[in-house]
Amino acid sequence: MQGAKTLFDKIWSQHLVGRRVDGRELIYIDRHVLHDLHAPHAFEKLANAGRAVSRPDLTFSMQDHSVSVLPGRTDDTYAEGAAFVRAMREGSKRNNVRVFDLGDPEQGISHVVAPELGMVLPGATHAVPDSHACTVGGLGALAFGCGTTELEHILATQVIALSRPKRLRVNLEGKLKPYVAAKDVALHIIAHLGVSGGAGYAIEYAGPVVRAMSIESRLTLCNLTIEMGSRSGLVAPDDTTFQWLAGRPWAPEGAQWDAALAHWRTLPSDEGAFYDREVTIDCTQLDPQITWGTEPSQVTGVGGRAPELDDVEPTRRAATQKALAYMGLSPGAALEGLAVDRVFIGSCTNSRLPDLEIAAAIAKGRKVAPGLVAMVVPGSSTVKRQAEARGLDKIFTDAGFMWGESGCSMCASTNGDTAAPQERVLSTTNRNFENRQGRGVRTHLVGPALAAAAAIAGKIVDVRKLTGEA
Amino acid sequence: MQSLTHVTGVAVPMIEDDLNTDQMAPLQLAKGLKPDYADLLFKRRRQNPDGSLIADYVLNQPQFTAPSILVAGSNFGCGSSRESAVWCLYAVGIRCVIARSIADIFRENCLQNGVLPIELDGAAMDGLQQRVLAANGAAHFNVDLEAQTIDGPGGEAIGFDVRASDKLRLIEGLDEIGLTMKHASEIRAWEAQTLADTPWLQQARDKRA
Repeated sequence: MQGAKTLFDKIWSQHLVGRRVDGRELIYIDRHVLHDLHAPHAFEKLANAGRAVSRPDLTFSMQDHSVSVLPGRTDDTYAEGAAFVRAMREGSKRNNVRVFDLGDPEQGISHVVAPELGMVLPGATHAVPDSHACTVGGLGALAFGCGTTELEHILATQVIALSRPKRLRVNLEGKLKPYVAAKDVALHIIAHLGVSGGAGYAIEYAGPVVRAMSIESRLTLCNLTIEMGSRSGLVAPDDTTFQWLAGRPWAPEGAQWDAALAHWRTLPSDEGAFYDREVTIDCTQLDPQITWGTEPSQVTGVGGRAPELDDVEPTRRAATQKALAYMGLSPGAALEGLAVDRVFIGSCTNSRLPDLEIAAAIAKGRKVAPGLVAMVVPGSSTVKRQAEARGLDKIFTDAGFMWGESGCSMCASTNGDTAAPQERVLSTTNRNFENRQGRGVRTHLVGPALAAAAAIAGKIVDVRKLTGEA
Repeated sequence: MQSLTHVTGVAVPMIEDDLNTDQMAPLQLAKGLKPDYADLLFKRRRQNPDGSLIADYVLNQPQFTAPSILVAGSNFGCGSSRESAVWCLYAVGIRCVIARSIADIFRENCLQNGVLPIELDGAAMDGLQQRVLAANGAAHFNVDLEAQTIDGPGGEAIGFDVRASDKLRLIEGLDEIGLTMKHASEIRAWEAQTLADTPWLQQARDKRA
C-alpha cells in the first residue's frame, strides 16, 4: 500500500534530524540512560575534549553493573567495582545528570527502571551503552544499544548517527501453554532465526501471542532481540501498554497524557506496510525451553536432549562438539535429571515482579535442595519493595533462597558474583556464553519457572511435573 | 581519529563462528577503570588461571604476537556492546577484522576506533581463509581500503565491499562529533518543533518532584 508505514518507520522518520555528509542519518535520542561499567570512560573523554552534556535533563545514570547485591552494601562491598561506582557518581554530578545511586529507592537495572518509572514511552527513542537496550521496545519505543564512543557522541549531541536498518516482522501465532512464557518464546525464536538471523534488522514482534502478553513479558521478549544480532526489537503499543503506563511517575499526565495517547494510537504499523522480511512462528506446542549449549540458539524443550552430532549440519559439528564438551554433556544426553549446583533468578531479562511471583509460587512451602545455592536478585529497588510488600522475600528466604539488593549480578558477572568452575547453573539471564558467569561455568538459560523448579528439585526438572500439572 | 587507508602486516586466522565480545574482553578479569587491554584480549583462551600462557593458542604463537589483521568466521563480535573488545584488539595492533559477517554494534565500535571491519563471504572468504592459514604469519597481507582489495601470498587480490560512508569516515579520519555538530542548528530546530508537537518527548519530569 502506498504510504503505509511500519511502527519502526514512524518512529524513525519522526526522529530523523538530518543526514550527514557521510550518508549517516542522525536520529534524535529522547531518553539516554547510562550505566557504571561504561559511562565513566565516556565522561572522561567528554571532559578531555572540553565538551558538555547536551541534554542532562534527558540523561539518567544507573548504578547496576558493578554493584554488590548483598544486603547492606556500600560502594566498597565489591572492592573492584568501587572505582566504577564513584566515577559514575562524580561524572554524573559534574554534568548535572540525575543518578539512581546505591541507596536510592528507585535504583536498579536500567532496562527495568526506565520502563517502570515511565521514563521510556511508546514512540520514543532510547539509547543505553548496553546491548540489552532493546528491552524497552516492549513499550513500543525504539532503542539502540551502543558502544562507549557512541555514548560520548550522544552525550555531546543528543543524536546517534546510524545507517537505517531493514525491517523484520516476527508473527507469533497461537496460544501459550501453562508455564510457557516470554522467555521460552524468545529462545524459540532465536533457535528459529539463529544467533545472527536478526543482524541488520529492527525486529517488530506481532501476532496474538504478543497481544496477549503483559508489558513485563513484552520487555522480556524484546530483551533477547540482541541475541539474534539485532540492535532493536519492538512491540506496537496497545491498551495493555497505555493502562500499564498510566500514572507512572515520569509518564505524562492530564492534557499532555491525552495528547500523548492520541499520538500513541497512530503508531502501530499500517495495513500493508512493507517489511524486508517476515517470519511466522506457531507457539501452540511450545514447551518450557532450556539451552544446552554456549549460544542462546542452542536450545530445546525441557524434556529434550542435547543433539546427536549426526543431526547437526556438518559445518556446525565442531562448534557443537565444543559446546557440549564445555557444558559437560554427551551428544544426545537428556537434560532432565542433570544435577544443578546453582540457580540465579534475576537480570534485565527476568527480574520483574511477575517473574518473581512465578518463581515464588513454585518455591512456596518447599525447600531448596541441600547443597544448591539459589539467588533471587530483583531487577530494581522498586521491584524489591513491591515483592516484599507481597511477602515474596519471606517465601524465598524460608525456602532457602538468598534475597538480594538490585543489580545485574550474575548476568554480566562484573560485580564479583560468579559460580565456581564446572558448576551447572540454571539462570534466567540472557547469555550462556563460555565463561560468562565465571571460568568454566555451565550456564543453562531458562525462564523463572524452570529455574525455581530446579532449585527445589536439585536437578533439571519439568516444572509441570513438580507442580503435578503434567 | 587517525586516517586509515591501508593495513599491512600479519594476518592471524581465528576461523571460528560467533566469537563474542565477552571472549575478546573478559571484563570479569579486568582490574580497574583502565586495565591492560593487550593483556585482557582473549585472556581466558591465552592464559591459565595462574597467568601462565597457553602456548599453543594462536595468539601466543611467536608469529602471531603482533598481528595487524584478524580473519574470523561468521557473526564476529556478537554479544555485549562493550567497546573494550575493540580496544583489546587495537592494543595488540589489529587494525582490520575480516569475517563472513560482523555483529552490528561491534562493527560500529570498530569504525569509531579506526579499525576496518570487512564482511567477506562465499568462495572469496574460503580462499582468503586458506591463504591466511597457509601463510601462517610468515608473509604479510595488505588491505587497501582505497582500492577495496585484500592482497597477500597464495593468490590474486580479492575485492571487498564497504559502505561508502564507512570508507569516507576511515580514510578521512573524520571526527564523529565534529561531523554531527555541523547539524547543530537542525538538532535545535528539531527540539523546538518536537517541544511544540509532542512535548512529552522533550520533557522528562518526575511528577512527584
